[in-house]
Amino acid sequence: MWKNLKDFVLGLGIPRLTIIGFLGFLFAVAFATGLAIPPLIGDSLRRVGMAGIMVLAMLPTVRAGIGLNFGLPLGIVSGLIGALISMQLDFTGFFGFFMAVLLGIPFSVISGIGYAWLLSKVRGQEMMVGTYVGFSSVAFMSIWWLVLPFTHPEMIWAIGGSGLRSQLSLRNHYGQVLNNFLSFEIGGMAVPTGLLLFFALFCVILYYFFRTKAGLAIDATGQNESYAIASGVNTKRMRTIAVVMSNVLGGIGIVAYAQSYGFLQLYTGPMFMAFPAVAAILIGGASLRKASVTNVVVGTLLFQTLLTISLPVTAQVITGDITEIARLIIANGMIVYALTRGSGKGGR
Amino acid sequence: MAEYVLKMNNIGKSYYGVPVLKDVNINISKGEIHAIAGENGAGKSTLMNILFGMPVIFETGGFDGEILIEGEPVQITSPQKAMSLGIGMVHQEFMLLPGFTITENIKLNREITKRNPVSMLFGKSMESLDFAKMNADAQNALSQLGMSLDETRLIGGLPVGYMQFVEIAREIDKGDVRLLVFDEPTAVLTESEAQQLLEAMKELTSKGIGILFITHRLDEIMRVADQITILRDGVVADQKPKTETSIEEIASKMVGRKLEVSEILRRSDLYNEKDIILDIQNLRVGMPGEEVHDVSLQVQRGEILGIGGLAGGGKIGIANGIMGLFPASGTVMLEGVPIELNMPKDPLSKGIAFVSEDRRGTGLLLDQSIEMNIVTPTIQVHNRFLRKKFLSDWLRLYDTVGIREHALKFVKDLDIRCTGPDQLVRRLSGGNQQKVCLARAFSLDPKILFVSEPTRGIDVGAKKIVLDILVELNRNHDMTIIMTSSELGELRKICDRIAIVAEGHLAGILQPDAPDVEFGLMMSGQKTEVV
Repeated sequence: MWKNLKDFVLGLGIPRLTIIGFLGFLFAVAFATGLAIPPLIGDSLRRVGMAGIMVLAMLPTVRAGIGLNFGLPLGIVSGLIGALISMQLDFTGFFGFFMAVLLGIPFSVISGIGYAWLLSKVRGQEMMVGTYVGFSSVAFMSIWWLVLPFTHPEMIWAIGGSGLRSQLSLRNHYGQVLNNFLSFEIGGMAVPTGLLLFFALFCVILYYFFRTKAGLAIDATGQNESYAIASGVNTKRMRTIAVVMSNVLGGIGIVAYAQSYGFLQLYTGPMFMAFPAVAAILIGGASLRKASVTNVVVGTLLFQTLLTISLPVTAQVITGDITEIARLIIANGMIVYALTRGSGKGGR
Repeated sequence: MAEYVLKMNNIGKSYYGVPVLKDVNINISKGEIHAIAGENGAGKSTLMNILFGMPVIFETGGFDGEILIEGEPVQITSPQKAMSLGIGMVHQEFMLLPGFTITENIKLNREITKRNPVSMLFGKSMESLDFAKMNADAQNALSQLGMSLDETRLIGGLPVGYMQFVEIAREIDKGDVRLLVFDEPTAVLTESEAQQLLEAMKELTSKGIGILFITHRLDEIMRVADQITILRDGVVADQKPKTETSIEEIASKMVGRKLEVSEILRRSDLYNEKDIILDIQNLRVGMPGEEVHDVSLQVQRGEILGIGGLAGGGKIGIANGIMGLFPASGTVMLEGVPIELNMPKDPLSKGIAFVSEDRRGTGLLLDQSIEMNIVTPTIQVHNRFLRKKFLSDWLRLYDTVGIREHALKFVKDLDIRCTGPDQLVRRLSGGNQQKVCLARAFSLDPKILFVSEPTRGIDVGAKKIVLDILVELNRNHDMTIIMTSSELGELRKICDRIAIVAEGHLAGILQPDAPDVEFGLMMSGQKTEVV
């Protein structure tokens, strides 16, 4: 029993133990300064559920040897189109949410195929090119958000304007539907059960996917392309499938995120959404060539919890309003930390 | 006694306790061409590395023996030192800058400069280049080689043969060259260019330069060499003037007999020689370094066919081409059905399996378990080891229980030494990794098994086991085996017939008990038998 526990703790690795230690320290400070702990934990859980699927989107590309999908915003804007159509058609509640997810998928598949084709032309530079594909897709869609023929009054600029607003409230559509599903509260800690179940569902799907023939082919492609070719695997097709999967997960992820947040964020909203996802999976112990569902879950838990509780704690300790600055320093600092150790381990 | 430009006395070298050179003596007089012949792995390149003070020698503990240049003992500790002692090297692969002219390449870092106003102020590094003098020097060096070339042309567009001459011209231009080493210089040349090069070599010796000539083309040795040293397994097998030997003698001494002939039973009557299982016609394969130009070969059902030849001769390319791993053309028929080339899945699904020579590169997923390494191709090609159907074959889960059973059977049958089928392949020894590769190929249940370099990089005991496994598969499982190997000894041990491939063509097919000289001649491309 004691030995198993020891093995488990050591198996987490030094970086995660450091972060867990830091988290413990933050909780201690929070407790000492009289912050209420349960709402903080509830908030962390909510953020884990929100971000989780976008972190999962990193998994297929890493497993296929493409590296982290820095082009996640492409999947996100594709998913947003589905979310907007569902809103335009005035779908509400669960139906509205699932229609948003489903309607987004064709767009993510199509853009994913194009993205995969592009990545196949820039082998070895996928992460760099992906970053700019993400950025440019956001810029490109910023034009289209203005000209697409959406007419729902809650979506376009108020008082006779045209074009979509930059923040669209989902309150009357499908805001919070997952969060409220089976949710409960213990001692001030709100548990967004539906949201966590939705994330768990995708974790299970991906876990089993990598135990299928297709998953195995993607794994082989990523680990040793010559081996995969010599085993009769069409590696190019496998990489395309992985990129499309990642893109689709990005699209689904943003809908889950938006329903919890309560708003669809258009224009530059999705611009930097790839980075927290990248940081989370790396902190979870993944490298640029190796990742598992466990890495995703552990990483998302650590990263989002750290983000959630560090802000109130810093605000408590340091006077003056530096929350936004602290958030930037902490989030990006973690990305830098995660990327340096990610490339150090995986960039052979 | 003749004046020796180079004496290498009792040279010995071992890598990690494995001796690769022992008591090698080489003496080269002024104006003499000394040829070194030997198979791959005979120690030729190690000898050259010692002569050039390559870092690899010193990183692995130096060498024994001494080197004398014109009677003076010298310590050659770096390639720069070797050059300053007047040893020049003509490389097998060119070390030229394609964007520079011939003159610039020849004079690189030894430019002739003249003073100008800026250099008077800022020193010698700002002096301008004296192209007139440099061009004249370059032209002079080229003409010594019998070349008439415009020295202001860019290297980039030149035919490869000319590049070789530019390399040589650069060495000559250094002026104080006493010894030139030619390492397989004719490998990339056409017949007439090779001819011209040999002429140039003779011309150089008349200026008193000693030449060390490494090649496996025996006719070239006979044409230009004065002295011949034959290396075999790191020792001098023979050393004598050309006039006292013959091409046949060199060939047979080069190959030698390394293994006792076959304790394995021959059985030419057990299979039908008319029953062709695999018919290869006009196969061409673009595998870099192992190009196959035009090979036609019939494989008889039930035999073990060996493919031998020197490295770079194309023997490796044949299997890789048929398996679709490198671009290939031609026709390959398996039992009368054409195999689609350049489509790795097609030969696999039709019953041809391949154990790659590149074990750690193509053969294995090093960070995967033994069991997944064994079954992955079978899952992908035959949809075996999958659970029940779910939408499409691609979404069927793999059957961990079945896979474990299958792997355990192989671990036991092939005696794979491991902690269990879930051990990572990276942690296995070379011999056990090779057994995993064999298990992987055998899982596909092939009619034909291609095996390339099955014993490369594994220890002696494991070598025997691997060969025994191949014979057992062939005899008891009716598997036709095509084994490619650089080790003639092992081919002669287990094969029924041995095809020798030289310079991308089939040189001939020999019986395993054919005399050494036949093998030696065919491997060096001297003799082509129409079969």
